[in-house]
Amino acid sequence: MLYDPEACGQSAQIAAPGTKPFNKRISRQWYDDRFGTTRMDLNLSPPEIQFRDELRAWLEQNLPRNWKQEHAALGAMEEKFAYLRRWQKKLYEGGWVGVAWPKDYGGRGASLIEQVILIEEMARASAPPVANVLGVGLVGPTLIAYGDDAQKKRFLAKILSGEEIWCQGFSEPNAGSDLAALGSEARRDGDHFILDGHKVWNSYGWAADWCAMLVRTDPQAPKHKGLTYLLVDMHSPGVRVRPLRQMTGESEFSELFFQNVRVPAENVLGRVNDGWNVAISTLMHERNTLGANLHIVFKRQFDRIVELARANGKAADPLVRQKLARCRADIEVFRLTQMRAITRVNQSGVPGPEGSILKIFWSEFNQRFQQVASEILGPYAQLTGECEHSPDEGQWAYGFLRARGNTIEAGTSEVQRNIVAQFVLGLPKSY
Amino acid sequence: MRFDLSETQQLLKNTARKFLQAECPMAEVRRLMETETAHDPVLWSKIAAQGWTGIVFPEEYDGLGLGMVELAATMEEMGRALMPGPYLATVPMAGVLLDAAASAAQKRKYLAPICRGEARAAVFEGGLFAQDLGVADYLIQADRRNGALELVLWPASAVAAKPMPALDLTRRLYEVAITNPAAGELLARGSEAQAALDHMYDVATTALVAEMLGGMQRVLEITVEYAKTRKQFGKPIGQFQAVQHLCADMVLLVETTRSAAYYAAYALQEKLPEAREAVSIAKSYASEAYREVGNRGIQIHGGMGFTWENDLHLYYRRAKASEILFGDATEHRERIARLVLGG
Ligand SMILES: Cc1cc2nc3c(=O)[nH]c(=O)nc-3n(C[C@H](O)[C@H](O)[C@H](O)COP(=O)(O)OP(=O)(O)OC[C@H]3O[C@@H](n4cnc5c(N)ncnc54)[C@H](O)[C@@H]3O)c2cc1C
Repeated sequence: MLYDPEACGQSAQIAAPGTKPFNKRISRQWYDDRFGTTRMDLNLSPPEIQFRDELRAWLEQNLPRNWKQEHAALGAMEEKFAYLRRWQKKLYEGGWVGVAWPKDYGGRGASLIEQVILIEEMARASAPPVANVLGVGLVGPTLIAYGDDAQKKRFLAKILSGEEIWCQGFSEPNAGSDLAALGSEARRDGDHFILDGHKVWNSYGWAADWCAMLVRTDPQAPKHKGLTYLLVDMHSPGVRVRPLRQMTGESEFSELFFQNVRVPAENVLGRVNDGWNVAISTLMHERNTLGANLHIVFKRQFDRIVELARANGKAADPLVRQKLARCRADIEVFRLTQMRAITRVNQSGVPGPEGSILKIFWSEFNQRFQQVASEILGPYAQLTGECEHSPDEGQWAYGFLRARGNTIEAGTSEVQRNIVAQFVLGLPKSY
Repeated sequence: MRFDLSETQQLLKNTARKFLQAECPMAEVRRLMETETAHDPVLWSKIAAQGWTGIVFPEEYDGLGLGMVELAATMEEMGRALMPGPYLATVPMAGVLLDAAASAAQKRKYLAPICRGEARAAVFEGGLFAQDLGVADYLIQADRRNGALELVLWPASAVAAKPMPALDLTRRLYEVAITNPAAGELLARGSEAQAALDHMYDVATTALVAEMLGGMQRVLEITVEYAKTRKQFGKPIGQFQAVQHLCADMVLLVETTRSAAYYAAYALQEKLPEAREAVSIAKSYASEAYREVGNRGIQIHGGMGFTWENDLHLYYRRAKASEILFGDATEHRERIARLVLGG
């Protein structure tokens, strides 16, 4: 029952103060009867609280107290990574990785909200990250959505335990934003595919045992229709990994070369030539779930820069106060918008193009935020980790540079705006 | 955890939208803005019959006894329709102040008629103007006297209201002069008065932000519609990326404002400790967002966007007035800074 013409405006004249009330005015009883009595509720439900408390108790028992020092003391990138792998193993044994995955595949069948609680609790406890970030966050959910039983049995548990590390091989030197233009090719040869190609910007490529790839299997078909999603063993003959040095100086990502690599046909995820749809599912997960802990990361950095601004007197400068207050508001607005998005995905089951709005927001916010932080630090902002005067071991100089990658990785801001225009607003495609 | 309007609240909002489409279409807004007060007694009696004039007030004073989120959802629709008249001044401002500060006898005398749609009121706390005083039956003044804050109620007969021409044609501003200093009635004094006033500003600011959200949403819809139909160079202008990206920014601004607005309403409703910060976050954010949405909407309309007959400037005028009311972005950011940084 909606707008009730009878209940509104029966009497067109207004009565003078003190005269008897309208008899046709809506009463609370009328309202409750027609509209119901449900209310917005941001509280955790009892099962969600139980989940959180169980996790907190586990962390209390198992979180290495001074893991940051332990981790920092390890020299090489490989040793550091091995440390995170051990941590992931421990989490897995406790049942705290991939909690929203089905029970049959090593998860708990938890709700998306519970998964987000886990991500937030981990961030709050400053727990180490898992090693297999892309496996758990992107490849696993795509496997659950598109994999056959044999594939799920073969891959999922080892993703959760960190026994097999995954990277994602989508981008190519000539196919970035225009991902569907990619040229890496897999030709059918009996019960195998023969793969030749070149991938680039592969985060964790240097550590990966497996690569989730998008390759061309039908060069004659229109560009979106000839692609296949292939799971490739990085230890196969013909695979070569070359580290790529980033502007930050690290080698977080790599370049991958594939020459005559034999991939069993059972490693096709989804259907042959339907890889675009499978890949879109991965990209939506990338935009929706990879950001779930970010508001806590931002908040922690914010609290720290506030501390530093107090210490150096800048907290009293009205301009700095304006800038910090805007950052505070942006972090909160981001957290809240994410909560609304999670509520929606929890109900519909699938991430939608709205994830692009979040991606644009947080990536552009972080660039503004790092700039504000460096203004507060003044000349100290440029000191990198090796310098004894450097605040927070060079975190801010690093953060300033690293933030430039945010509006490029996982789809550039321009491409995200195209997506919002076309898929959220229904404007005609521009290309 | 479910951060969304509930079914009940969504139903209320849908109903409000239908009501306003039928009773307050754009032609009616334009008719009213040309009148002396922008207030229509017939429309007022209809919204009273919907229960809106008593929406957040106790049933014992003829209110509906609903909460902040319901108020916000309703005001969002009023903002979308650009509903003219003294609702903001009467309900989230004067009504909330009466509810928080007045005695039971005073509430029966002054709040109950507001709930029933029989009276309108305005609030004045020094400053430049009182909104919609010209159609108010009484004025509540927040005044510092003898070293303490006092909330005093004046009947319309004791107040002179002089209209001030201003940007927003749908809500009028008036200079205030008390003409009969003996006619005032004290509602509250000292810390009690201060607490009531603070509470009123939290509620009214949140209600205003919700209303701004509705306006932004409408500007976005009008603009996207135009971008799909207006053709240049043989295609809809919405096919040009420069236009698409402006539209995408507008969606982003609307959706993020929605998060901030709903959360401020929820935080006030649940009396969360961070409620005051949430209100300032919402107002600082919406103050800039509504203007930015308006800027882009007008730009995308080209010359049409600059005409009187196009509706966008009516929203843009409301955006500017709303930005200023209860403190602009800079002022609310300083409040956030005080909470976060001290000083
Ligand atoms: C830190 C980091 C980690 C990454 N990790 C991975 C990974 O693990 N796996 C992986 O596969 N990839 C990864 N990438 C690659 C990333 O997805 C691509 O860099 C990105 O999609 C952009 O592609 P491109 O670099 O080829 O730039 P291009 O597509 O060449 O874009 C160049 C410029 O043109 C603009 N542009 C392009 N097309 C359009 C258009 N249609 N409309 C408007 N503007 C347009 C872009 O926005 C950009 O500004 C990573 C990148 C970074 C920075």
